Amino acid sequence: MPRASEPVVEFRGVSKSYVLHGPPLGIKHTLLHLPAVLREARSRPVFMALDGADFTVERGECFGVLGPNGSGKSTLLALAAGALRPTRGEVIVRGHVCPLLETGAGFHGDLTGRENALLNGMILGLSRRQVRERLEGIRAFADIGSFFDEPLRTYSAGMVARLGFGVAVHTDPDLLLVDEVLAVGDEAFQERCLEHIDALRRRGTTMLIVSHDRRLLARHCDRVLQLRAGRIEALAPPDPSWLPARPGAA
Amino acid sequence: MLSAWRHHLELIAALVGKEFRIRYRSSLLGVLWSLLNPVCFALVLYAAFRPVLHVPTDDYVAFLLAGLFPWQWFANTVSSAPAVYLGNATLVKRTALPRMLLPIASATNHLVHFGVALGVALPALMLTGHRPAAVWLAGIPLLLLLQGAVCLGLALTLSALNVVLRDLEHLTLVILNLLFFMTPTLYPEEMVPEQLRAVFAVNPMYHLVPLWRHLVLDGRLDGPALAGAAACAVAALLLGLAVHRRLEARLAEGL
Repeated sequence: MPRASEPVVEFRGVSKSYVLHGPPLGIKHTLLHLPAVLREARSRPVFMALDGADFTVERGECFGVLGPNGSGKSTLLALAAGALRPTRGEVIVRGHVCPLLETGAGFHGDLTGRENALLNGMILGLSRRQVRERLEGIRAFADIGSFFDEPLRTYSAGMVARLGFGVAVHTDPDLLLVDEVLAVGDEAFQERCLEHIDALRRRGTTMLIVSHDRRLLARHCDRVLQLRAGRIEALAPPDPSWLPARPGAA
Repeated sequence: MLSAWRHHLELIAALVGKEFRIRYRSSLLGVLWSLLNPVCFALVLYAAFRPVLHVPTDDYVAFLLAGLFPWQWFANTVSSAPAVYLGNATLVKRTALPRMLLPIASATNHLVHFGVALGVALPALMLTGHRPAAVWLAGIPLLLLLQGAVCLGLALTLSALNVVLRDLEHLTLVILNLLFFMTPTLYPEEMVPEQLRAVFAVNPMYHLVPLWRHLVLDGRLDGPALAGAAACAVAALLLGLAVHRRLEARLAEGL
């Protein structure tokens, strides 16, 4: 359990760069120009996906990350999830993290919803017994009726998202990482997810939400980090102007 | 710390269970295929080689089977290893699941299949008049351990290496073909020319297949072959751990 005074997430001068490979050269070219190819391989250009990110996420905070495609949002989340390691700097995460990136990582089409939920829950850090005890809650949350015991390949995209989200919120994370997943699923389900996110927040769960939907972030987040080309452009409470003016107000 | 270990063991069991379910869910004969595969392979080889290859044994089918079961275990582990990380890309890219659990689960899966096959094949062997030998009690666990280590080491190596070098997937199959003919499965090990034995010895199955065959059919455990197998097991395991440790951090980016 993280102590209340310590931030749940700390990024200290974190950079992440990827080596660019260029177009594949083909075996003929590689063999004919081997020395040149090897020389170039040693000095390949790098792409800075995230450049010197410095910030902390406090306990219980809902922290938004906003930015256009390719600005480093997903890299930031993968670093917080522990899936990537930084090239430079240090990422510190205190407590149990539950990534809700691309719902249902590790789901398999031939397994039923129940079997997938069991395995996914364990992959996300629960013991077999804990998942068993929570299966009923997951089933109720996903609300996909008898499909729960059907193979996943018979599911619609929305149903897969429901199941994935159901498992994730039942892992009692200290930190929940949310990536655009809310885009799938119908309005009623999205509403329920957001309600659940609020409920988790009241229980003290810290959230890191990535989106390019300003409105969503403005509604839920305490602070929003804006990324552009891997650099932090701003870190501040969301701008009230992002919310649409309510009809009848003012 | 203890609970982390327990969680990892549970996860390996769950991942192996997943493989079993996926593989046999819509198949009629199910887990029987772990047995039928080597048996069918043995019949094919029997038909193909009995007329041309003179092997001094009165029961060539039993001879083939005793070698093919362990060979299939080895071949299945090695041929599926390069796909381990590629087939689980989302898990690697999106979660902090300890990477190594995936190749470990894959290797365990094939070990379990072999165990099932052995559990049926040994009683069947006794029905045909073979007597169980006391040395089985020590020999079977020992060979399981040695071949298990070989398989795990190669699974760790190939799964991680294939992420950065995709050609490996194809190379593996070619090399596996070569190794099959460098393994005394079709022929007794005495038929390997003296001057080639040192070369063949780098092949772990060169030691393990005769070991299994003599253990099961003749009730004996060969010392020199055992030493060779142990050396291969240690080498494979060290290679696997070194390669995997080196590449582990790059897996998520390579996928």
